[in-house]
Amino acid sequence: MNDLLTSDRLPGLIQAAYILAAILFILALGGLSKHETARRGNTFGMAGMGLALGATLVLAARNSQYGDQRPLAVTLVMVVVAMAIGAVIGAWRARTVEMTGMPELVAILHSFVGLAAVLVGFNSYLEADHLSGSIGTIHDVEVFLGVFIGAVTFTGSIVAFLKLSARMKSTPFALPGRHLLNLGILLASAALLAWFVPAEGDLGLVPLILMTALALLLGFHLVAAIGGGDMPVVVSMLNSYSGWAAAAAGFMLDNDLLIIVGSLVGSSGAILSYIMCTAMNRSFVSVIAGGFGSDGAVSGEERDYGEHREVQADEVAELLADAKSVVITPGYGMAVAQAQYPVAEMTKKLRDKGVDVRFGIHPVAGRLPGHMNVLLAEAKVPYDIVLEMDEINEDFPDTDVVLVIGANDTVNPAALEEPGSPIAGMPVLEVWNARDVIVFKRSMATGYAGVQNPLFFKDNSRMLFGDAKDRVDDIVRALG
Amino acid sequence: MRIGIPRESRQGETLVAATTVTAAQLESLGYEVVVEAGAGVAADQTDEAFAAAGIRVTDAEEVWTSDVVIKVNAPTADEIWKLRQGATIVSLMAPGRSPKLIEQLQAQRVTGLAMDAVPRISRAQAMDVLSSMANVAGYRAVIEAAHEFGRQFTGQVTAAGKVPPARVFVVGAGVAGLAAIGAAGAMGAVVRAFDVRPEVAEQVESLGGQFVTVDMEQEVSSDGYAKEMTAEQEAATAAMYDEEARNADIVITTALIPGRPAPQLITADTVAHMKTGSVVVDMAAANGGNVALTQADEKVVTDNLVTILGYTDLAGRLAAQTSQLYGTNIVNLFKLLTPGKDGELVLDHEDVVQRGITVTQDGESLWPPPPVQVSAAPAAPAAPVARPAPVEKPPADPRRKVYAAALGAVLFALAAAYAPPSFLGHFTVFALAIFVGYYVISNVAHALHTPLMAETNAISGIILVGGILQVGSDNPVITTLALVAVLVASINIFGGFLVTARMLQMFRKD
Repeated sequence: MNDLLTSDRLPGLIQAAYILAAILFILALGGLSKHETARRGNTFGMAGMGLALGATLVLAARNSQYGDQRPLAVTLVMVVVAMAIGAVIGAWRARTVEMTGMPELVAILHSFVGLAAVLVGFNSYLEADHLSGSIGTIHDVEVFLGVFIGAVTFTGSIVAFLKLSARMKSTPFALPGRHLLNLGILLASAALLAWFVPAEGDLGLVPLILMTALALLLGFHLVAAIGGGDMPVVVSMLNSYSGWAAAAAGFMLDNDLLIIVGSLVGSSGAILSYIMCTAMNRSFVSVIAGGFGSDGAVSGEERDYGEHREVQADEVAELLADAKSVVITPGYGMAVAQAQYPVAEMTKKLRDKGVDVRFGIHPVAGRLPGHMNVLLAEAKVPYDIVLEMDEINEDFPDTDVVLVIGANDTVNPAALEEPGSPIAGMPVLEVWNARDVIVFKRSMATGYAGVQNPLFFKDNSRMLFGDAKDRVDDIVRALG
Repeated sequence: MRIGIPRESRQGETLVAATTVTAAQLESLGYEVVVEAGAGVAADQTDEAFAAAGIRVTDAEEVWTSDVVIKVNAPTADEIWKLRQGATIVSLMAPGRSPKLIEQLQAQRVTGLAMDAVPRISRAQAMDVLSSMANVAGYRAVIEAAHEFGRQFTGQVTAAGKVPPARVFVVGAGVAGLAAIGAAGAMGAVVRAFDVRPEVAEQVESLGGQFVTVDMEQEVSSDGYAKEMTAEQEAATAAMYDEEARNADIVITTALIPGRPAPQLITADTVAHMKTGSVVVDMAAANGGNVALTQADEKVVTDNLVTILGYTDLAGRLAAQTSQLYGTNIVNLFKLLTPGKDGELVLDHEDVVQRGITVTQDGESLWPPPPVQVSAAPAAPAAPVARPAPVEKPPADPRRKVYAAALGAVLFALAAAYAPPSFLGHFTVFALAIFVGYYVISNVAHALHTPLMAETNAISGIILVGGILQVGSDNPVITTLALVAVLVASINIFGGFLVTARMLQMFRKD
């Protein structure tokens, strides 16, 4: 056993395992970009993780053969126990989470990566021999960056989690001069870096801890300043940050696997954020800088849009039964009301009657990219009738009835028609081109962007007030 | 404030200004509503039903002394006399043709609100009585025609021989005309329609009708109503009317010009050449008729057995429904007039709708209102400004990118020159992995964003590797911190992979 662990061949084998794991991770992400290969991709991901962890345990065991550390068995048992606890907690959350609560879960998981990065960074500093020269300098910079990114990710994700689970107000928390504040924290951190690198012995801990506190504050402040409506971008942005944190840890630990995986995750999260930004017509830079979405406080110019008209569920049912083609555009309201099951049932009934029912999903519908797709999939709506905005927008003129269920800003014609509107220029689902539009809504309140929606006052729109789930249930009953 | 709903005094009127449903809606705006006994009987709204809906049924005296009186037809001189000074009367008034009525309202110092003067703008459509009544009337016109017509509308091939479909020609594609086109088409007839406004062709076709065109310069309406044509235009279309009417089995005319007598479009000569058994429904009969031989409220049968219906109460023949629609228009108006929902009527002359319907107030005549440009009419001559071009940001100076790249290259070269080789190795891996990530993710299906994010999240738990390697340290602080790192990263890994698997399980295809 000991011979094996001290063998000269072992480092090469471990490195090979790491390379294989990295390839498996790349295949996993590639597989997840298509429905057909998604499950295989997830399996690749698990296999890669298993391989990487196995190799790492062997490496840890090998390391314990050198130096006067505690016995190998103790180390292994501690690691396995810690992992087992984590596994139980993780598996329990994954089993029990409601699909509507997915955004919160993803956000809180990001915070764990951030926390782990901070801890690993501190350890790496405490463990190092404080080499002098360029190697020491580079290592110190790596530690510093890793801890900084990790800390920002940690508090930022916690704030995102609190906002998404409505434990914290989702309105932007705007301090005066907040961009200056952010910039000040960055400059202060740079100054601390200058203090940290040349510090001898454990003296460097002081600037490191100070910087960590500042970074935690920065993460909190960055995300707190973002309105709840922009959370999809925030979550994918934090996803990206957590990747960079892992990559920084890879640099400080001289571990290529961490670097590869970290930068994979970092760049993929950045791309996702970029896709989201394009969908909302926001500038990518202003997202990274945080504090965007604060426009939500501005309600746009006040104007008189006229009267809205109400409609009852049984009338909607008749309208649907007589329609040839129906498009449903869900939004966060559907998730809140847990209306995806009755919506799926209604869809099935209408399809059985020969009505062509499809779904139009706006890229930022919900509070997480792809949120609506997950909910509809949970309710067993076939994914081939769930279309993206670009696929369905030109079909609206030929559509008889559009059901807008809990969506608001994503179907707001003001984005195209009113240049002064806070959401001007954002691509939206052009539902008003359909013959009839039924809007399910709890009240006439504005959406997350705080903008009035002229759609509600269009000639072909009618409002169906009440809880979306109850109303859809009523329609299902009326459809018989 | 009290709202009174009187019985209509016009001979044969079946409508009532409020049904049990709409009266209750008015009460929910804070008003007290009283209904004259027997007011709604002809529209299936019995006194008992009103009482059951919580509406007080009372005598004419109390109704007419209410703060607001709502009726369908314009009030007669006697009725105006019964109103209190300062009261408000709401009804159809045809103010453009009724100068006398306006004088009487002025003399009594009552506020007159004309439901038929609602401007034709999108916002006011919910209270546009003419549209809602015309819709019903157009449908009923087809039913009346079918009743008089000696054949079915649908074409059929039966064992007893082939039956051609009825040919219906509709003049005027306003609300009534479109309703008639839809109803006749639904019954199986072949429908052709004409309107002087070429922009309605699409609406005619959307209801399954064929739009008849005439070679001439046509006008675009600016106020939503058709205008009377010029002499040349009229000459050019006369031949078309003649030809279409002769070929048709059913002719339904709906041409009206607001404030003016209806244009005469179908001459006596044309009628004389129509097929025996044909039916003409003149929906403009109340305003003089579009057909030469029309007599208002009469059925005329010509020598060549063409039936001409001049009924002016087509909407009233579906009394219950029309009353409900009229009542709903009234409720929508009162929602606008009662901003506080406190039963207090407030007239805001800044609002084009409220200004448009106000005929008299405080003894002053406010008719005619300033003209309103209608949103329904396309602004053809004006440049279409509906969608402004997106504001283009001036493109950034391309040289700036070059400078930035050059600066980056120099900095990187400096760092590389002083950095140990191991760092550069890692950096190579780092840079390549970023690009791999970029290309792998770029094509992700939108629907898979959430599973992808959960997956990347699980993968980023790889930081666990760092934690595991540090646990073996002989410094207890490091070991503890590392164990915590291992624990939280494990939550991430297991939670992320399992939740991804769970989500992917749900995606399915039919």
